[in-house]
Amino acid sequence: MQPRLPAPSAIPSKLTVNFVLPYASEISGKEVDMVIIPASTGQMGVLPGHVSTITELKPGVLSVHEGNEVKKYFVSSGFAFIHANSIADIVAIEAAPLDQIDSSLVQKGLADFTQKLSSASTDSEKAEAQIGVDVHSALNAALTG
Amino acid sequence: MAMAAALRREGRRFASPLISSQPITNVRSSLIPEEHVPLGARSISTQIVRNRMKSVKNIQKITKAMKMVAASKLRLIQTRAENSRGLWQPFTALLGDTPSVDVKKNVIVTISSDKGLCGGINSTAVKVSRAINRLTSGPDKETKYVILGEKAKVQLIRDSKKSITICMTELQRNPLNYTQVSVLADDILKNVEYDALRIVFNKFQSVVSFIPTMATVLSPEVVERETESEGKLGDLDSYEIEGGETKGEILQNLSEFQFSCVLFNAVMENACSEQGARMSAMDSSSRNAGDMLDRLTLTYNRTRQASITTELTEIISGAAALES
Repeated sequence: MQPRLPAPSAIPSKLTVNFVLPYASEISGKEVDMVIIPASTGQMGVLPGHVSTITELKPGVLSVHEGNEVKKYFVSSGFAFIHANSIADIVAIEAAPLDQIDSSLVQKGLADFTQKLSSASTDSEKAEAQIGVDVHSALNAALTG
Repeated sequence: MAMAAALRREGRRFASPLISSQPITNVRSSLIPEEHVPLGARSISTQIVRNRMKSVKNIQKITKAMKMVAASKLRLIQTRAENSRGLWQPFTALLGDTPSVDVKKNVIVTISSDKGLCGGINSTAVKVSRAINRLTSGPDKETKYVILGEKAKVQLIRDSKKSITICMTELQRNPLNYTQVSVLADDILKNVEYDALRIVFNKFQSVVSFIPTMATVLSPEVVERETESEGKLGDLDSYEIEGGETKGEILQNLSEFQFSCVLFNAVMENACSEQGARMSAMDSSSRNAGDMLDRLTLTYNRTRQASITTELTEIISGAAALES
């Protein structure tokens, strides 16, 4: 593991991003302008010099802005740590580029889970269905919005 | 040589009165059938050596095949292990690695393999776990084991049967993924009380070298304590914690997530080390079998040639005796 540098006195112009998944390091040590993180409290834009933060993620779109290029991922859940030295670590369990998601399957999944939620009897079934509905509606919103 | 042949013939003559002892030889030969040499045999039997050669050759075939299997499995799992290495780094950057943290309830999670024939990786993991157990034990302290894999269970059950809480085997049967490991981690977290989880595994370095490693995961309470008392995690205080009802809730989620991530990487690394160790162990044993086969072949050929030479000498000297 590379050692992390202490926070510099001046704010650097770029933000260093590490975005890891269990099966891959999607982005490692890349310098970008800004990332927008789907935090559980709402979308959070992170620029260099952001105050150090720990936040949980909710299902949503993570966008990485680099110059004029914007790369969008849909992340399921996880954590994000923003350090004082302008390094953002994002740990997600599952993520996919937004253009690889099939919208018809999303609609179908959403309908399935809505139906399951209404027919769920136990608490755990209800919670499972609720998670499914949340994820699929977030996916739907990401695709249409 | 003629002298030897003469002695041999003499020996045959001496042997004939001993034929009455045949029943005794029969008893012995029924116990060790290969060693039965008919009395007065002219040449040494090569049957034993031939059988031995055959079995060594078969063993060599098996070990070679096992090596091939391990090599192909290794290639598959090595990329996955290397890809999973990014997963624990953010947590270490945030919380640091605190192997020396002093807590009451330690849980040692020992990761080992289910199958043997893979060199010393399992005994290393067990040795390290025992050492950690000794280091962390003390008055009013408690150390428990959670064991993944058959081989560490067999070794640890001998001396610390009482402190084993959970034991899980047959992890490697299906290719591991994060979902399985997180279910496993959930199971462990629900069933043990801990202040610090210490995961012991073999980190894969190369096919021939593995580093026994310990990763420490602290419970949310200990994280909070270390943060507040300017302990080992003093930096964490400067972080703003967003979301959730309380700070404790987020910290709990964080440490559980950290455990599942670290465990995932540890299981991957250990599976990779296992295949690497098996590959090199099988490689050396097929080489040993080859060496043994060479030695046996040499002995076999030498004996065969000696008996041929003896027979030739007998014929020639017999012919010479007739001529004179």
